[in-house]
Amino acid sequence: MRRDRTVAVIGTAFVALAAGGPWLPQWAMFIATVAFARGLVALGLVLLLRAGLISFGQALFYCLGAYTAGALGRFYGVSDIFIEMLVGGAVAALVAFIIGFLLARYRGIFFGLLSLALSMILYGLLVKTEALGSTDGFNIAPSTLFGVRPPPEWVRYSVLVSAAAVAAAAALIVHRYLQTPLGRLAPAIKDNEIRVEYMGASARKAVHVKYVIAGALAGVGGALAATAVGHIDPDMAYWTTSGEFIFITILAGTGSVVAPFVGALIYGSIHTLAYGLSPNTWQMSLGLALLVLIVFLPEGLWSLATRHARRT
Amino acid sequence: MPVVLNARGLSKRFGAVTAAHEVSAAIDKDSVVGLIGTNGAGKTTFINMITGYLKPDAGAITYEGRDITPLAPRQITRLGICRSFQIPQLYSSLSVHENMMIGLGIVLANAGHGGFLSRGDAPVPGYGEPAAQVAEHILARFGLAEYRDRNTQVLPGGVRKLLDIALTMVAKPRVLLLDEPTSGVSAQEKFGIMQMVLDAVRAEGATVLFVEHDMEVVSRFAQRVLAFYDGRVIADATPEVALADPEVRRHVVGRLRAAHA
Amino acid sequence: MDQIPSVIVDGVMYSAWLFMAALGLTLIYGVMKIVNVTHGSFYAIGAYAAASLTAAYLARGFPPMLSYAVLVVAAIVVAAPFAIAIERVILRFMYARDEVVILLATYALFLILEDVIKLIWGVNPYFIAEPYALLGSFQVADMAYPTYNLLLVAAALVFGGGLAWLLHSTRAGKLLVAVIHDPEVSRAMGVNVGRYYLATFLLGSLLAALAGAFTAPTVSVVPGLGVDVIVLSFAVVVIGGLGSLPGAALGAVIVGIVRSLSVHYMPQLELFVIYFVMAAVLAVRPRGLFSLAEPRKI
Ligand SMILES: Nc1ncnc2c1ncn2[C@@H]1O[C@H](COP(=O)(O)OP(=O)(O)OP(=O)(O)O)[C@@H](O)[C@H]1O
Ligand SMILES: [Mg+2]
Repeated sequence: MRRDRTVAVIGTAFVALAAGGPWLPQWAMFIATVAFARGLVALGLVLLLRAGLISFGQALFYCLGAYTAGALGRFYGVSDIFIEMLVGGAVAALVAFIIGFLLARYRGIFFGLLSLALSMILYGLLVKTEALGSTDGFNIAPSTLFGVRPPPEWVRYSVLVSAAAVAAAAALIVHRYLQTPLGRLAPAIKDNEIRVEYMGASARKAVHVKYVIAGALAGVGGALAATAVGHIDPDMAYWTTSGEFIFITILAGTGSVVAPFVGALIYGSIHTLAYGLSPNTWQMSLGLALLVLIVFLPEGLWSLATRHARRT
Repeated sequence: MPVVLNARGLSKRFGAVTAAHEVSAAIDKDSVVGLIGTNGAGKTTFINMITGYLKPDAGAITYEGRDITPLAPRQITRLGICRSFQIPQLYSSLSVHENMMIGLGIVLANAGHGGFLSRGDAPVPGYGEPAAQVAEHILARFGLAEYRDRNTQVLPGGVRKLLDIALTMVAKPRVLLLDEPTSGVSAQEKFGIMQMVLDAVRAEGATVLFVEHDMEVVSRFAQRVLAFYDGRVIADATPEVALADPEVRRHVVGRLRAAHA
Repeated sequence: MDQIPSVIVDGVMYSAWLFMAALGLTLIYGVMKIVNVTHGSFYAIGAYAAASLTAAYLARGFPPMLSYAVLVVAAIVVAAPFAIAIERVILRFMYARDEVVILLATYALFLILEDVIKLIWGVNPYFIAEPYALLGSFQVADMAYPTYNLLLVAAALVFGGGLAWLLHSTRAGKLLVAVIHDPEVSRAMGVNVGRYYLATFLLGSLLAALAGAFTAPTVSVVPGLGVDVIVLSFAVVVIGGLGSLPGAALGAVIVGIVRSLSVHYMPQLELFVIYFVMAAVLAVRPRGLFSLAEPRKI
């Protein structure tokens, strides 16, 4: 067996980013921060995907986290980035816990379509809620850290490091979870749920737990995206947003907890690049990439790395 | 001997098909019972109802005096009633060893060793060893050690069947229901497999029910036979008596002979 | 209370539109077990083809009454090559894969088609009001409704009835039902299953394109037109039971009436109620209203 280097990789990456961050251009800091936000959502989707489930409605929790962060600033004057992420994640987790009782009974296409419907419910509510800006959404005040407002030229950097810290913590927690006996159950649920039941475990409960973790992660990601971008709107709950998260997850594969963040960074870069080069064909590039992945690399980009490692 | 498992008046219909009609059976503790009957007679349905996968339309099942009819399969498994499957139910993307480890992980988690900080090296209840060792022992006992790292999807049929049975061992079954444990292997091998399975569970005392189409295997291992026909139990006696029963000869044994000829 | 007639008229019209929009989706799922995201793309392709070609036709001063035929022909002629190419080049190699994986593949194709549409038709909107205006309007309880919408209702009935007839009363349809039931056995019996899949995908996609074509005169045809239609038609067929024709009809009526009620009484909940109904139906009947029994597993 290969030694598990996940913890070392995460630690090194965090230190490198924190130390080298100040030399990054502002736009790169922004792309990286948004990649952490999306990566958090994709990390949750990885948990579900390992159990064979694809949620076409993860934007529900992303949007909930974002609007929670927004509401904290707008109605309670809270702009601390950690409080926003914490509360955003908690609200999303609570909602996931409640609807999880329903959703954990579904598998395959029906899990996907029901989660899609639930996210569209939120979208439908938000576009008609004037107090929250309807279709336009609203702007969010710049973040503070532990009550301190960083000087303007340091805002992006401090948000980036906060994002990296939270992402690293989330990745480590999920990594640990995957090594517990119930965390290891995911492929078993995917392969044969009847056998799981007959071995004395509740597949439904395991799915429920994963769904709540995934919801919380998406909520944190949404809150982070909200403060990083400074603006939120109902499109964060639209099905195409969920589609982006699925894209990142498929891109990354389920092999590692680091992969979703790498996948999100690649996605963000392709997006920015392709959009800059040709605003009318960037979706086509994404679509082609996704098609190629599905056909030739069903385990995701990460499998390239591990395949290579296994051979050596 | 005390009755460990008691089924009373179990009935189950699927549309127009009566899969079980007032099936009753009281199973003695630590006995070995053979279930026989032609295809579609209701043997698997009986096992499915005992283990909670199917809920009977009528009737009740008690285990050591406790009503288990409303329980889910996982709850019944935790009580020590385990089963194997007519068509092996394996984790097809995992290796043989990983299949065992999934089961042992569940046993550990159910015993309170499944928390966030647990490493999975706690002793497995009933075995007193860490899961990794228990897995090796069970695999060795069932002659599966050489397939340890093979993906279950590529295993030969007989090996899949054995692994399916080996997987029931992780929870230390008190009652074991085997659905055609020897199907798909040659007549000579059947005896060896039955002997191996019985040895594995009966050292510490366990009740075994097995579905079997080969009457020689039934006579050799069963202390008692339940014969099914058309959703009913048409005989419940020792093998000598049951296999000589004219109705059983007409509906079960005779038909099997004809089918095998 | 005096709103009830308009609730009903609006509801019926919207139901008809939904049914038309969802028909192809449920057909393709019913036969091929594919949740087809490109459905929305074909809807948009149909709308664009109809709008652009009908506009060109009318600009040349040909008789406006024939513009309805142009709508239909344009949608079919333009959408068919896309459907055939997608099925032959990509989808047919994916049938062995998991349902969810095929869904993702159609999602990828949807992304590609979104931009293909922009490349072909540009990003500026198309309007063709003539087919809509030509028929005038009719009155129900003091409210005027475009007569064109009656045409939509008629088209929905014709499509639904035609498909039912095709499936249940023709030889090809009966064979198709056999293919649905068991592709392996059908293949063993010499049925060319691949051809049935191609025909189904083509027919389902053309139905989407026709729905788009009939809608084109009532809206401005802009990029992203198909995006909303995807989730709406998902909602309709999931409520009814994926793959069921009567289910799609029932789903369309339910969603149509619910939306119409909401528009008249609680307009701020319009979108909410549609997906709420979908979630509620799934909560009670996990596979929709007209769902088949699950097969035996052990
Ligand atoms: N889930 C189900 N749905 C519909 N019918 C079922 C189901 N389970 C069993 N049946 C029917 O009930 C009857 C009894 O089936 P069962 O599997 O119990 O027979 P069996 O004795 O195990 O036969 P075999 O020797 O073929 O395994 C059969 O007619 C079968 O088709
Ligand atoms: Mg059976």
